[in-house]
Amino acid sequence: MITVRDLRKVYRQGSNDVVALGGVSLEVPTGKIHGIVGHSGAGKSTLVRCLTLLDQPTSGTVSVNGKELTNVSADELRDARRRIGMVFQHANLFDSRTTEQNVGYPLELTGTPKKEIAAKVAELLELVGLAKFAKAYPSQLSGGQRQRVGIARALATDPDVLLCDEPTSALDPKTTDEILELVKKLRDRLNITVLIITHEMHVVKQACDSVSLLEGGFIVEHGDIASVITNAEGRLAHTLLPLPGDAPRSAGAGTILDLLYTGDQATEPVISAVSRTFNIDVNVLAGSVEQLSDQQYAHLRIQLPVDADVEAITNYLKSNGIAVTVKGTK
Amino acid sequence: MDFLTPTVQKAMLTATWETIEMVLISGVVTVVIGLLLGILLHVTGKGGLMPVRWLNVVLSGIIVNITRSIPFAILMVALIPFAVIVVGTSLGPIAASVSLTIGTIPFFARLVETALRDVSSGKVDAALVMGSTKMQVIRKVMVPEAMPGIVAAVTTTVVTLIGYSAMAGLVGGGGLGRMAYTYGYTRYNPEIMLMTIIIIVVMVQVVQIIGDVIARKVDHR
Repeated sequence: MITVRDLRKVYRQGSNDVVALGGVSLEVPTGKIHGIVGHSGAGKSTLVRCLTLLDQPTSGTVSVNGKELTNVSADELRDARRRIGMVFQHANLFDSRTTEQNVGYPLELTGTPKKEIAAKVAELLELVGLAKFAKAYPSQLSGGQRQRVGIARALATDPDVLLCDEPTSALDPKTTDEILELVKKLRDRLNITVLIITHEMHVVKQACDSVSLLEGGFIVEHGDIASVITNAEGRLAHTLLPLPGDAPRSAGAGTILDLLYTGDQATEPVISAVSRTFNIDVNVLAGSVEQLSDQQYAHLRIQLPVDADVEAITNYLKSNGIAVTVKGTK
Repeated sequence: MDFLTPTVQKAMLTATWETIEMVLISGVVTVVIGLLLGILLHVTGKGGLMPVRWLNVVLSGIIVNITRSIPFAILMVALIPFAVIVVGTSLGPIAASVSLTIGTIPFFARLVETALRDVSSGKVDAALVMGSTKMQVIRKVMVPEAMPGIVAAVTTTVVTLIGYSAMAGLVGGGGLGRMAYTYGYTRYNPEIMLMTIIIIVVMVQVVQIIGDVIARKVDHR
């Protein structure tokens, strides 16, 4: 479990203070994958550097399984850092070392016997599917393979938390999915807490149990995927499950509704239920339906005829657990 | 080849050996001290691993830049009294090595600093996040990662030293520079002049080839 309490970072730039993090709090329970999304400039990089104490936060605390990382001596910090495995955007492998030497590096630091290192490295390379590449140098590996080595290296010290900073942003879509599958597999296998910082909504959809939206140094929205996706007022719902770009805002006369719903309701034929119950024709203008971590999510834009009882229909939908937004009448 | 009298042959051999001696002594000392100085220049610099402003200003601004701005021909002569203090004489290859070393250390240190600067900060961050001490970052990450650049820097420095050693020969250091001057210039013997040039060119080629081979061996980028 990783707990962040009111993390603030203020940089001095000339004579003004620049607030990079305005007080970030979050908690990721053991065995969960949490995504932190935000555009560039939202404070993602600062957050990563403060979480790993590469930059000293101005105030606030970071703790892993109840043990604080902030406000400790340099020696304690080095030990504490070994509780967090970190995966970087560009893997940051050491070019002068082979795959196995890279993965063994964190163990070398504490003077682990060579035999023990070799055994652990072999096990980790097996885990990430790179046993054949033990003797290869990073320059001989593909981007996806390098990231696997990076993940294996991050796991060498048996950390409690895996912190991934834009782990797939430099990879192609297919490799991205492979890496995310690996992260999920490792979480299941090792019951590790994972924090993924990314700007890609795809990563959140593919891998995360919960998500926070970081903006201007603050977390402006957070929750598990099902709850943020069905929160019609939130911003994450619309970015995670956007309607097609050219979704019509109207098609003739009638009331337009946006529906967001998940799981059980998504399998129910809501639209035909509305049709039958209220004896009207419902026009679907646009929609996106997606399966995310074994749960189905839908975002539909529908149009009701002019004479329909909008209030009754809205209430009916809401009583079925569907988030409804009235987009307007024409 | 009738100019190669036994006397000339012997003088040529001695001169070649003296040059090698000067280059070896000053090369080894330069690499050891210059590597440390280069690392210090890099890590104490702004945004470095352990920034120490005053130390960086003293090392970089005062020592390195001033030494490097003095032409070697002048530095060499100026350092003769210092060589007397260190090795007790102003003559011979060992005395010449003193000024050669002092002249090339700042040059080599700057090359090392540049090579270290090419190691991406991401690698240093990665090493720190994994719990490395600053010494471990330097020893296990920065220097090994910069090794191709450092090997190239050693090659360039040794080649420079061969050139400087010829100059040092003129003020009592001996070696091929002295040989070319006494036999080639003052006695006007073009064959001997040409021969010293050939020996020096061959030396430089050998050093460059060895340097390139080692650089390729350590470069896994």
